[in-house]
Amino acid sequence: MSTPELQPQTSAMSMYRAIVGIGAMCALVIVVVFQSTAARIRDNQERFLAAAISDVLPVTEETIAVGIGENGQLQKTTASLPLPVFLAYGSNGDLVGAVLTAEGMGYQDNIRVLYAYSFEKRAIVGFKILDSKETPGLGDRVEIEPHFIANFEALDARLNTSGDALNNAIVTVKQGEKTDPWQIDGITGATITSEALGNMLNDSANGWLPILERDAISIDREATP
Amino acid sequence: MNDASHWSIFLNAALVNNFVLAYFLGICPFFGVSSKLETAVRMGGAVSFVMLVASVCAFLINLLLDAVNAPFLRIISYILVISSTVQLVEMLMKKLSPTTFRAMGIYLPLITTNCAILGLALFQTNRGYSFTQSVVYSLGAGIGFALALVLMAGVREKLELNEVPDLVKGTVAALVVAGILSMGFMGFAGLGR
Amino acid sequence: MASKEVTSTDEFVKGLWRDNPVFVQVLGMCPALAVSNTAMNALAMGLATTFVLLMSGLSVSLLRGFIPREARIVCYICIIATFVTSVDYLIMALSLELHRALGAFIALIVVNCLILGRAEAFASKNKPGRALLDGLGMGVGFTVALLFIGVVREILGSGSIFGFAVFPDSFQTWTVMVLPSGGFFAMALWLLIVNRIKKKEAETEKAEATA
Repeated sequence: MSTPELQPQTSAMSMYRAIVGIGAMCALVIVVVFQSTAARIRDNQERFLAAAISDVLPVTEETIAVGIGENGQLQKTTASLPLPVFLAYGSNGDLVGAVLTAEGMGYQDNIRVLYAYSFEKRAIVGFKILDSKETPGLGDRVEIEPHFIANFEALDARLNTSGDALNNAIVTVKQGEKTDPWQIDGITGATITSEALGNMLNDSANGWLPILERDAISIDREATP
Repeated sequence: MNDASHWSIFLNAALVNNFVLAYFLGICPFFGVSSKLETAVRMGGAVSFVMLVASVCAFLINLLLDAVNAPFLRIISYILVISSTVQLVEMLMKKLSPTTFRAMGIYLPLITTNCAILGLALFQTNRGYSFTQSVVYSLGAGIGFALALVLMAGVREKLELNEVPDLVKGTVAALVVAGILSMGFMGFAGLGR
Repeated sequence: MASKEVTSTDEFVKGLWRDNPVFVQVLGMCPALAVSNTAMNALAMGLATTFVLLMSGLSVSLLRGFIPREARIVCYICIIATFVTSVDYLIMALSLELHRALGAFIALIVVNCLILGRAEAFASKNKPGRALLDGLGMGVGFTVALLFIGVVREILGSGSIFGFAVFPDSFQTWTVMVLPSGGFFAMALWLLIVNRIKKKEAETEKAEATA
């Protein structure tokens, strides 16, 4: 009769050892990579945002991120909102405008835009698409079509007399039928995309402009949020 | 916070941006399993169920990760949860319906590597869906996946009865059918806004 | 037929043609079709996947004595996910635009059947040197295949290559090629060509064997 073989080390122990060991090693690697790239990533994001903001509002020298505090007042914020809003200041420290982000469902997928509002002109003066997956050659014409871009040189965004909403809703009309400065001349063949943009600008402006008009001028730039 | 309506999220996931035909997720089982209608239906059901569970788990995990500020653990935690869910489904299926279990063969554990499920979890996190939005999203995605799978299987079953040149048989034909199906689904764009 | 000693070059080369991941094994198709709408995206995705293939293959091979059979899939997944997370952050640090273009598909490398498949079929049973070569070969084969698809889609769908215009402005682009359908069609086209070449190869081999 042959001698029984030596029992191998308890399977449970080696399993436990392996899973914990590998888990720990993996976590270590991830944390190391994360920490070493964090600063660079933050730089990239800031640079991208700065470039986008100067695209929509070239006179900007400095921006501060703002949010709405618990009392409904505008205030400086360090929290990163899903749709950030900034106040823009010019070279002599004057408030030159606000830069806002808006989002909405286009034809294919979500569209994200950055737009600039001028307190002086009480109009939307700049516009840039941040994220879009619209059909190339059709929906993505909103980014390049000249007559569409011309809409945003001074898109009327005046508030009504009580200052709590837009005086005239921003709305997209058929190409060539624009009669009023608060309308957006759409693109034939990209109706859904251009309408989506009109809607998201309208919603965003209705939500933010009353608060901005009321509080922006009195924001303390130097305050610690 | 995403303020899309539940109905539009559902329609979007199922039809407009169908996970297989628009996002190319979940293709491996799509081409592997879809040649028989019956297996396709079962696979679609299994994947839908795993999607639902994975969606809920992903939502909860994300809350936890946000609380401890460890976003870098997202991928690893999602995929581990998904593979555990698939194990669970496997065990349940073995107990409740052994015939189905045998019929699905290797494709059941392969659900773990199904990009559609991880993709679902990642998309819903990126879009900041609330809990109910996530559930609706996963239901829509599951139904859309099952739909694409069943359509594909139906067409391929028919193709097998036809004369197809040797070079085109199999995967090439399946790809062309998928391309045409995808074009068809593009007709749904703009629905449910 | 005499058995050949598998050389190191063989380990590398097999991933390029004979066992090409995309066209022969038909693995890892999800990203192949999704991010190959431009040549640049295809290249970036291919390189990212190659990185994960290399690192995870190496790790699995080094740890192969340590990982018990029963828990191997979980361990492989852990290891692969670690490197995918790493490459995700590395790309973000390198270029935000590229990261945005590739989107969630970088994270989806973790479920690329190719990587898990190689870890299971090869890296767990071979020395680190061999595993490295295998990973490199498969990765390069994968990248090249992705590039083929991406170049066709970009030329026909956008009239450019790596962003450089190839056709005059009057060229009416085949927009469908940059849409999902185009991905399926482009892949079908290449697969057809590969099948044809392989068929010819098999025929010549058979002819030589009977000659």
